[in-house]
Amino acid sequence: MINLKINGLEVSVEQGTTLLEAARFLGFPIPTLCHMEGLSPYGACRLCVVEIGEGPRAKLVSSCTYPAQEGLVVRTANERVLQARKMVLELLLASCPQSKVIQDLASAHNVRQQRFRQEHEDCILCGLCTRMCEEQMMAKAIGFRGRGETRSIGTPFDIKSEECRLCGGCIYVCPACQLRCTYTEPDKAVCGGCANLSPPCVEKENFDDMMCYMNPCVACEIDKH
Amino acid sequence: MKTEIAGILEKHEGDRGGLISILEDVQARYSYLPAEALKFVADGTGRSLVDIYGVATFYKSFSLKPRGKHLCSVCVGTACHVRGAPVIAGEFERQLDASVGATTEDNEFTLETVNCLGACALGPIVVVDGHYFSNVNSSQVKRIIKKTHVGLDEAEIKADRRLYLHTVSCSRCNHSLMDPDHKIDGSPSVRVTASFERKHGWLRLSSLYGSFAVESEYPIRSDEIVDFFCPHCHTDLKGASACPLCNAPMVAMLVRAGGIVQICSRRGCKGHMLDLDGAGV
Repeated sequence: MINLKINGLEVSVEQGTTLLEAARFLGFPIPTLCHMEGLSPYGACRLCVVEIGEGPRAKLVSSCTYPAQEGLVVRTANERVLQARKMVLELLLASCPQSKVIQDLASAHNVRQQRFRQEHEDCILCGLCTRMCEEQMMAKAIGFRGRGETRSIGTPFDIKSEECRLCGGCIYVCPACQLRCTYTEPDKAVCGGCANLSPPCVEKENFDDMMCYMNPCVACEIDKH
Repeated sequence: MKTEIAGILEKHEGDRGGLISILEDVQARYSYLPAEALKFVADGTGRSLVDIYGVATFYKSFSLKPRGKHLCSVCVGTACHVRGAPVIAGEFERQLDASVGATTEDNEFTLETVNCLGACALGPIVVVDGHYFSNVNSSQVKRIIKKTHVGLDEAEIKADRRLYLHTVSCSRCNHSLMDPDHKIDGSPSVRVTASFERKHGWLRLSSLYGSFAVESEYPIRSDEIVDFFCPHCHTDLKGASACPLCNAPMVAMLVRAGGIVQICSRRGCKGHMLDLDGAGV
């Protein structure tokens, strides 16, 4: 067992526990976007930053990838951590302003302004979907491509993957495009949460490959009647 | 294509982290990474296609589009940029009628920009097929392209001072082996008699040290070990030492200025040594 101090509280955790797990065990909330139980830690979103160490050597680390160490002093919500989180959220909000999950988190963290140019990306490159595909669905149909500015997630050559079983796991875990009916054209991707009077997916035979995760789906309900 | 990929994979069998080397070999063979080849690599290595695609798109040296015969890289790093690299890149685009990252229609040139070649003092720099051009200005662009069409290696021999002519003679009879009537690389060639597979014929070597140009009466297969004879006294020119690169016997010839030059007797092997003191005889 490893003894460490989180926000002044002594806690003993098992070898190999991450700071995130230890803090959550004590009931300290740490927001994350790229962490999910059952998937390997990745440390992409940087929302789970915590401060470790003391004095001038205190530094920010991502708690989801940092293993608990004997005698470590962790602060999960001091001024520096909250400032860093606010900045991360502001940046995430700029890249994916339409994401409900990010909007809610920003609101909860009192982010009142958004000083960066909005990019309207539909991906924050958190890698949840690729890990879901690889580790839970054992498919490895999607992955990271390119690097830097042109880094993206998708199938090789942007064609329908032979490995993909259309399980929908990737869309289920996605924090940026959650519950978005993809339709067939990205421009018309937001269908208004199926509040449309005439949802495009009613003509089902036209969209064989379409995946919809509305539950219950209004269009399907209409179809039944 | 499948058998070729299988051959490449076999070569790298056992080294687990060898994906980049495999892709390099595939690219060396096809000049780019064909989609089909990536699938064969995925099947052969047991990795998923998405991993291989990820690596192939991550590194700039890999290309998924067919590339031209010559690769022309214009440095647009900070130092080259302030010295006018964008103008040069633009001039290349105009002259080649291909945008950056694209290949000309005749598949001769692929134009690309690189971010820094680490030789900022010589900027702006253009690299064509591994040949560096420094302090390039836009009026030189046309010449660089023309030079590439002619062949960069040929132009180098005339311009490079490190290559120089040497006259050699037989180590036994001391008769000159030079043939002024038959020129290779624009200078008199070295004539010997070559013998392999029961064929005997003349073989002419470039007399420029560092040039591997060879002409012969009978075509010699790559990797073939050839016996060299003096055309005058018919002595076997084989020296005592073995090639440091491929272990084939070395052929020794006297250099007029003093010393010995030894070349590897294997066709295609570039093993050679110049011993001007003659100490290693």
